[in-house]
Amino acid sequence: MTHRADVVVVGAGPAGLSAALAAAESGASVTVIDDNLASGGQIWRPGLPHQSDPRAQQLREELAHASNVRMLHSARVIGMLDQHVLQIELPDAAMSICFGRLVLATGARERLLPFPGWILPGVTGAGGLQALVKGGYPIAGKRVVIAGSGPLLLAVAASLRSRGAKVVLIAEQVKTRGLLQFASALRQWPGKLLQAAQLRMQSLPAKYLTGSFVLEARGKDHLQQVSLRTPKGLLLVDCDFLACGYGLLPNLELARMLGCKAEGEAIQVDAFQRSSIPHILCAGEITGIAGVDSALVQGQIAGLVATDRLHDAQVLFPSRDHWHSFASLLAQTFALRPEIAKLCRDDTIVCRCEDVCYGELKQYDNWRGAKLQTRCGMGPCQGRICGTAIKHLFGWSVESIRPPLSPARVESLILNERVSSLAD
Amino acid sequence: MPEMITVIVNGRQMQVSSGTTAIAALGTNSLITRHSVRGKERGPLCGMGICQECRVCIDGIMHRLACQTACRDGMRIDTDEAVS
Repeated sequence: MTHRADVVVVGAGPAGLSAALAAAESGASVTVIDDNLASGGQIWRPGLPHQSDPRAQQLREELAHASNVRMLHSARVIGMLDQHVLQIELPDAAMSICFGRLVLATGARERLLPFPGWILPGVTGAGGLQALVKGGYPIAGKRVVIAGSGPLLLAVAASLRSRGAKVVLIAEQVKTRGLLQFASALRQWPGKLLQAAQLRMQSLPAKYLTGSFVLEARGKDHLQQVSLRTPKGLLLVDCDFLACGYGLLPNLELARMLGCKAEGEAIQVDAFQRSSIPHILCAGEITGIAGVDSALVQGQIAGLVATDRLHDAQVLFPSRDHWHSFASLLAQTFALRPEIAKLCRDDTIVCRCEDVCYGELKQYDNWRGAKLQTRCGMGPCQGRICGTAIKHLFGWSVESIRPPLSPARVESLILNERVSSLAD
Repeated sequence: MPEMITVIVNGRQMQVSSGTTAIAALGTNSLITRHSVRGKERGPLCGMGICQECRVCIDGIMHRLACQTACRDGMRIDTDEAVS
């Protein structure tokens, strides 16, 4: 089954939705592909109606009314069949999509780093627990410790409290001084400062400890207790859930597979959001972690450029620049302290898919060797979780993207053969 | 009020709101989805379809990600607990 659209957008978070609408306004046919059940990405994941961003609602409505926009949910890009053809897998089908222009808005995931006990049921990412709860998990009455780093921790605390969770503690690894500097710098973005204050109010009565981080998660078959290092010494907290995440990482895999040049942890784009590959634009967190406001404006620019309205795109440049410096402030403030990379013991599992421990890995000095000998990174997550961990723990470069981009059914992969033989 | 539907988790009938994800339907006390390579119990980690810890068997089809699957009336969800 082959489908065609003038503009294909991968990702239905703020950047993707914004790009889709901007492109659709030109009359071009637009298809949006997203692997979640509903649009919104992570930050606009539906499930807590009273907390929804009005911009999300507006974008969804306008897109729903556009007859030239097609939304494909629960759809994953697993590979490319040709320079302009993506291979897609859905729960019960596979298809190929031919695009004129491609906008990649694949967003970000949490940086999940290993520590003793992180594999216990009950230990999740911070955004991870929020996603579970938004999906209907009954968190009411459960004791939760939120830890790691970043503004996301406060947002998660507020969400969980609104669903009746007992948020016992929020442990931020940045020290008080760093956070005060952050708050002071936020005056340039007063909306953000207000939002931070509101989230803190909504997360009360949870204690907010700075300069603190998780040492270990303990329990017999599931999480029962967390130990933390704080400025005042060791702290033990009994709890049902530990929601721990150390900031955000862009989902670069698809862009990399398509050949887009990256610099560090971001895809390089020019002022018009164009990547190094003709016909491919990128918007949002994959061009650098910068939050929702930046993603919205980048998406809009990408949608305009994808439909050849460069003048209209240029009008938005100052707005984009305003949010770009917010990205730098975030990165600076929430840099991880060195202790976070030294938490593993020899028996701490680093590769969760294949059960490979720190002790086995530290004998190597490069990713490829470690992978071939231990199977680290060869499991279903394809090295997304352990690769991130290893990069942080050892500093090894962890490159190598091959299709399929995620575990896929054989029949979806056979599609390639069918399409090729039809073309002969 | 969202509609209530019935799902069957490891052979037990459960009532959940329509739209609940399969992972959220696993029950309040045991968020165990699978056994690791060394036989230890695991549960969800990332909540967004990346870590692959939430692999369960849905309507007889294995390795479906519970965090990205919506419950439907009559859906069978089997974790490693049921299979082992």
